[in-house]
Amino acid sequence: MVERFGEAAKSTSCPEEARVVLEARGVTKRYDLEGITVHALCGVDLEVCEAQMLAVMGPSGSGKSTLMHIIGLLDHPTDGNVVVEGEDVSRMAPNDLAAVRNKRIGFVFQSFNLLPRTTALSNVELPLIYAGIPMLKRTKLARESLERVGLGDRLGHFSSQLSGGQQQRVAIARALVTKPSIVLADEPTGNLDSRSGIEVMSVLQEFNRQGVTIVVVTHDAVVARHAERIVHLKDGCVVHDELVKDRTIAEDKMRELEAEEASGFPESQDASGATRA
Amino acid sequence: MNLVESIRIAIRALNANKVRSALTMLGVIIGVAAVILLVAIGTGVQEEVTGSIEGLGSNLIFAFPGNVEEGGGGGFSVTKQFTLEDVTLLERRLGTSDEVVPIIQSPATLKVGSRELRTTIAAANEHADEVFTSTYLGGRGYRRSEVAASARVIVIGSKVKDKLFSNTDPVGKKLDVNGQQFTVIGHIAAQGGSLTGDQDNQVYMPVTTAQRLLGTKDIGAIVVRAEDPRSVDMLRLRMQQILRPKFGDEFSVFTQEETLGILTQLLGTLTFMLAGIAGISLLVGGIGIMNIMLVSVSERTREIGIRKAVGAKTYDIMSQFVIEAVVLSIAGGAVGIALGWGGSAALRQWVPTEVTWWAVALAFFFSAAVGIFFGVYPAYRASRLDPIDALRYE
Ligand SMILES: Nc1ncnc2c1ncn2[C@@H]1O[C@H](COP(=O)(O)OP(=O)(O)OP(=O)(O)O)[C@@H](O)[C@H]1O
Ligand SMILES: [Mg+2]
Repeated sequence: MVERFGEAAKSTSCPEEARVVLEARGVTKRYDLEGITVHALCGVDLEVCEAQMLAVMGPSGSGKSTLMHIIGLLDHPTDGNVVVEGEDVSRMAPNDLAAVRNKRIGFVFQSFNLLPRTTALSNVELPLIYAGIPMLKRTKLARESLERVGLGDRLGHFSSQLSGGQQQRVAIARALVTKPSIVLADEPTGNLDSRSGIEVMSVLQEFNRQGVTIVVVTHDAVVARHAERIVHLKDGCVVHDELVKDRTIAEDKMRELEAEEASGFPESQDASGATRA
Repeated sequence: MNLVESIRIAIRALNANKVRSALTMLGVIIGVAAVILLVAIGTGVQEEVTGSIEGLGSNLIFAFPGNVEEGGGGGFSVTKQFTLEDVTLLERRLGTSDEVVPIIQSPATLKVGSRELRTTIAAANEHADEVFTSTYLGGRGYRRSEVAASARVIVIGSKVKDKLFSNTDPVGKKLDVNGQQFTVIGHIAAQGGSLTGDQDNQVYMPVTTAQRLLGTKDIGAIVVRAEDPRSVDMLRLRMQQILRPKFGDEFSVFTQEETLGILTQLLGTLTFMLAGIAGISLLVGGIGIMNIMLVSVSERTREIGIRKAVGAKTYDIMSQFVIEAVVLSIAGGAVGIALGWGGSAALRQWVPTEVTWWAVALAFFFSAAVGIFFGVYPAYRASRLDPIDALRYE
């Protein structure tokens, strides 16, 4: 289904001149549960290039989320180093890691992880508060960010008053509001219907076009094909690293979908073919 | 991040969780209000009663039939009652300077026209006014001659006057007591309650009149006032000597000081009991606070995970939670104090109350400490987790 380009370079697929913004060096993660050791990651080497859209793909339990949490500095590797923009952050104190996350990394989670009973605007403002940005500027930036994901008319809505797709777009607005160098998204479409999923991917692709580095974790080949490059994980190890030829452009699919809806005869086979592999 | 920002975050978080905030505050409010109110009642009753005993006059010695120490006092086991003969005996043997007053108390029904009132008769002799220091608002007390003649004259307390005569002057008016007609000769200023009941709600008449009205020769108690405070103990011994030949051990004599001591002890126990109950409410309030805080930990832990993921540092989290807990505790404490205080004032219509500062302080600090500890401790633990563990917390 996914075309593989085995000739891609092994450790880095960055075009020459492109900077490496994020790097995992020999990252392992072991969990000890009642004497049984689970090897969630087995020494992963990975370089993420500036302005690249990268997909990390693999079956359930292959360690995708674990890898994302470690390169996102939410979790500690058992072994190995994580380098963010040339700086080794492996031995940093928790508060310094918080500062790096705040400034350089944005997160989009499968389960949205918005603050409950809090407005969209306040949710998006959250990283700015911890960045120490004064209130007026904060509100302005948060509003702009929400406008960019198409939610300019939903600023005062609570999470519970938004659809899943809208909530995920709030999460994307929150991830991008600090202008981070990299956005990490774990199954961003996992809880969404196909249409909302396409919308979310379209927003991510749009930001990528504007130069934001994006890592999408997914088990879904169709979602992965929105990226320029796919890294395949299996049992915690990188088994394959490929560039995507003919990547899916979410905007085009949106247009197809709209055309189908307008014609009133959604051809079920085509529709499912467009969203599911 | 500065303090103002922390406060703003905390207020916003409290606002986002109104139910939890309200329930936590309720725990503090109930604890604080209950302690203040109950201790206020205990202290108020104690002060009122001791005050009214002291207000009876000074240097008094009370003799009761029956042996109080053996639990007989004034009850069914009393075999021999005092009579007027004993009063005469005491008057004769003690000397003229010390006043001897017989006392009878009995419930009675008063009637003026169609108005009826159930109240208490307190009967004594002509020395009663000096011994019990009453102030007349109108008329006069009964005289020696009226006592000797069992005259149907009556003095009424301020509440009796209000209820039966409203704003008219009662002096000279007729009044039925248990169906017999009396003439009102005076009325007394409000005095407040006492150990013998509400003095303002009583009527006063000569002891001989009361005996005839009630068809008895008995007397409830004998009160003696010592002219000289230093002679109280001596007088008490003399009274015992005088009464022993006739009554053996079947009577009891207390000085006013002893009575006060016994009552203070009794009422102290009451206050302690109320404080104990209040302590339990405080504990229940505290457990309520703890429950709410602990139950919300899983939700709050995820919140902490989210905040840390987007860049909150440990002290950002801690300051938010400390401020939240402090705001809740202080707000709850303030409402609790207001309620306790207001409640005490409102209750004063029925029960004497006296708000004590130590009860306020104790209740407030205890609730605040519980609120802050259980609000902050789980947050402290969560703030030290890796963000991913906080996000994954269930
Ligand atoms: N906190 C943990 N404690 C113990 N084992 C864990 C923990 N988190 C993950 N694992 C194990 O690590 C392995 C990788 O888990 P991970 O969540 O990274 O998989 P995944 O690729 O994201 O799967 P999915 O597609 O289902 O989300 C799994 O075998 C899992 O059981
Ligand atoms: Mg996963």
